[in-house]
Amino acid sequence: MAELSQVVGELISRNGGLLIGVLEDVQDRYSYLSEDALREVSKRLRIPLRDVYGVATFYRAFKLKPCGKYLINVCLGTACHVRRATGVLETIRRELNVEVGETTEDMKFTLETVNCLGACALGPIMVVGGKYYGQMTPQKVKKVLKEYA
Amino acid sequence: MNIGEFEGLARGLIERREAAKNVCITVCSGTGCRACGGEEVVRAFAAELENLGLTGTVELRDTGCHGFCERGPIVVILPEGIFYQRVTVDAVPEIIEQTVRHGKLIERLLYEDPQSKEKVVYEKDVPFYKRQHRLVLANNLLIDPTSIEDYISIGGYQSLVKALAMQPEEIIEIIKRSGLRGRGGAGFPTGRKWEHCRRAKGTIKYVICNGDEGDPGAYMDRSVMEGNPHSVIEGMIIGAYAIGANEGWIYVRNEYPLAVKHLTRAVEQARELGILAGSVLGLDFPFDVRIAKGAGAFVCGEGTALIASIEGKIGVPRQRPPRTTQQGLFGKPTNMNNVETWANVPLIIDKGAEWFSSIGTETSKGTKIFSLVGKVQNTGLVEVPMGATLAQIVYDIGGGAPNGRDVKAIQIGGPSGGCLPKELFYLPIDYDSLVEAGAMMGSGGLIVMDEDTCMVDVARYFSNFLQEESCGKCVTCREGTQRMYEILTDITEGRGKEEDLDLLEELGATVRDASLCGLGQTAPNPVLSTMRYFRGEYLAHITEKRCPAGVCRALTAYRIDPDRCTGCMLCKKQCPQQAIEGERKKPHTIVQDACIRCRICFDVCKVGAVMKTGVEVVHA
Repeated sequence: MAELSQVVGELISRNGGLLIGVLEDVQDRYSYLSEDALREVSKRLRIPLRDVYGVATFYRAFKLKPCGKYLINVCLGTACHVRRATGVLETIRRELNVEVGETTEDMKFTLETVNCLGACALGPIMVVGGKYYGQMTPQKVKKVLKEYA
Repeated sequence: MNIGEFEGLARGLIERREAAKNVCITVCSGTGCRACGGEEVVRAFAAELENLGLTGTVELRDTGCHGFCERGPIVVILPEGIFYQRVTVDAVPEIIEQTVRHGKLIERLLYEDPQSKEKVVYEKDVPFYKRQHRLVLANNLLIDPTSIEDYISIGGYQSLVKALAMQPEEIIEIIKRSGLRGRGGAGFPTGRKWEHCRRAKGTIKYVICNGDEGDPGAYMDRSVMEGNPHSVIEGMIIGAYAIGANEGWIYVRNEYPLAVKHLTRAVEQARELGILAGSVLGLDFPFDVRIAKGAGAFVCGEGTALIASIEGKIGVPRQRPPRTTQQGLFGKPTNMNNVETWANVPLIIDKGAEWFSSIGTETSKGTKIFSLVGKVQNTGLVEVPMGATLAQIVYDIGGGAPNGRDVKAIQIGGPSGGCLPKELFYLPIDYDSLVEAGAMMGSGGLIVMDEDTCMVDVARYFSNFLQEESCGKCVTCREGTQRMYEILTDITEGRGKEEDLDLLEELGATVRDASLCGLGQTAPNPVLSTMRYFRGEYLAHITEKRCPAGVCRALTAYRIDPDRCTGCMLCKKQCPQQAIEGERKKPHTIVQDACIRCRICFDVCKVGAVMKTGVEVVHA
């Protein structure tokens, strides 16, 4: 707790007290926003917890549950969609047996979608732990996932 | 640093650049090129130059996005401008040995014009660039976006110096005369907005740069923020001086980490040189810029929602009036412009209102950047004068659809825009002419669709996007987009009824008329425009239970043509459901009850034996 309090304090001053920036940095540090972290931010910024919670649930970038070791992001922008990104997404769901927004039981993968990464020439795109995989097809999914097996 | 000192510094940097005789290897380091190996290419060049002891004589420059993303990673060798595309790490030693040291070209890395089959040597001759009119994007190719010296060496911040010698009203007059309109989509005249804000009562005022580029398939603003961040900052300082603001904010999507990094760096550099912070170039004009990150909410692209987001609240739009120029950030008068709008400002101050207004059409001046994506050969960023036709962009610059397919339609303007059929490609792109056709220019996303794209599926895609992104404040938008999505899902899954089309129209009109902000007011556009131009496709789904493009899964089945199948077993091996039966060298069959229609067999078959068909056919 002492550590959390110190971290939140630092992140607040780094962000000049801006709530959204603080929450983003807290999440970067802990991979998600825990109840304790939200309470600490609320206390330090003197913003009611209900408002902090409101913000944390309104914006899709925030996660209230711990994330797996690798975050898989499938781009569902229009360009990726017309190049059949849904097939890629479904194959990942099937292969890992995980729903969008959820984490595999072994805490290895969290599956998320994003509305556009702006790398449309490479569509459909999936990003695993920050690494981009372009021109994805359902067949290629297995190969990519194997890299992280 | 005061103005005199800055001019001295600038003169030195400009002279040094002009006198530079060294070969310079520029590598595109935009997000697109980075994602396909650009960073590794840069590292390989650096290591190789170091190995050969060439670090001092050959310059290496990471630049912003060149825009021809289809061919990334892109390497351009200056001063000649030799253009190499799809450069891999393996090619790096060869480029240095052959081209840099001996001036020889490497044929396989050159771009081949798909029409004439001729190799193109120089960047300026590549048809994709040749047919563009690049103003805002022009400097992306020339500078390292993380170096303020680079920006100054091509004349950066000279417009600021020029503007600071003018009266604020004079600047507003120039922007008004130039005819610049907001590039974010709505097209409000920029000069008038500045004037409103200048005249608003109050001593504390803000300027904001809206970099929350949320339209899927649009990344023009990202490339400007990443590739030339100082041009945005310079525009903002000029605007702030004209309006009387002392604080500026840049709001960037959190999906654009590189843009955040480059902007942050640029702001720090500008502060160090005394261009920002306490006093701009030694004048009695303090101005500083802060960067706020978004958190993944599409609605925050709307002005009042964006302001709420900076203030740390949920991004919900509010009723206007009062206009944000009267009551904006923290309740103070606020002038908000889009990234591309701000980046146009230094150009106009430099070259004059008359120059700017000579480009474009009667009501839409200057150029516009579009991101041309989807089923198109040359994916990338395209900057053309206002009034260019859709055909020029899709065919002349984009090269049409890949694999000899026919372009069917384009989607313009993102979730607020519409789909236009190829019969309307003669239309010029400007603020006004597309609205009549049921679309809008929007912020600049242009998604090309070919015969394999189902327009009902596209409408469903956008209504799903909008029902997820609706902030929930207005009932019509919150409930209406959901109901539209459900009806469209029914149609794509074979449960559609003919009266659904009337219901969609009625629902669309209600959502449009009774929602507060732009998101809701334009939400029905993708649905209504596809219904207007592609009614036949809707009816095929509803009455024949058939998806003509073979996209909608519930209405599409796969079947193997026994005459074509060679029994190679490839599909059988790949099928995730083991739904394919058959022995080697004998025709295979698909067990329809086990098939999940994932399409893998269709994609892997090398002889085209797997065919799409209607669902009834296989069950007959």
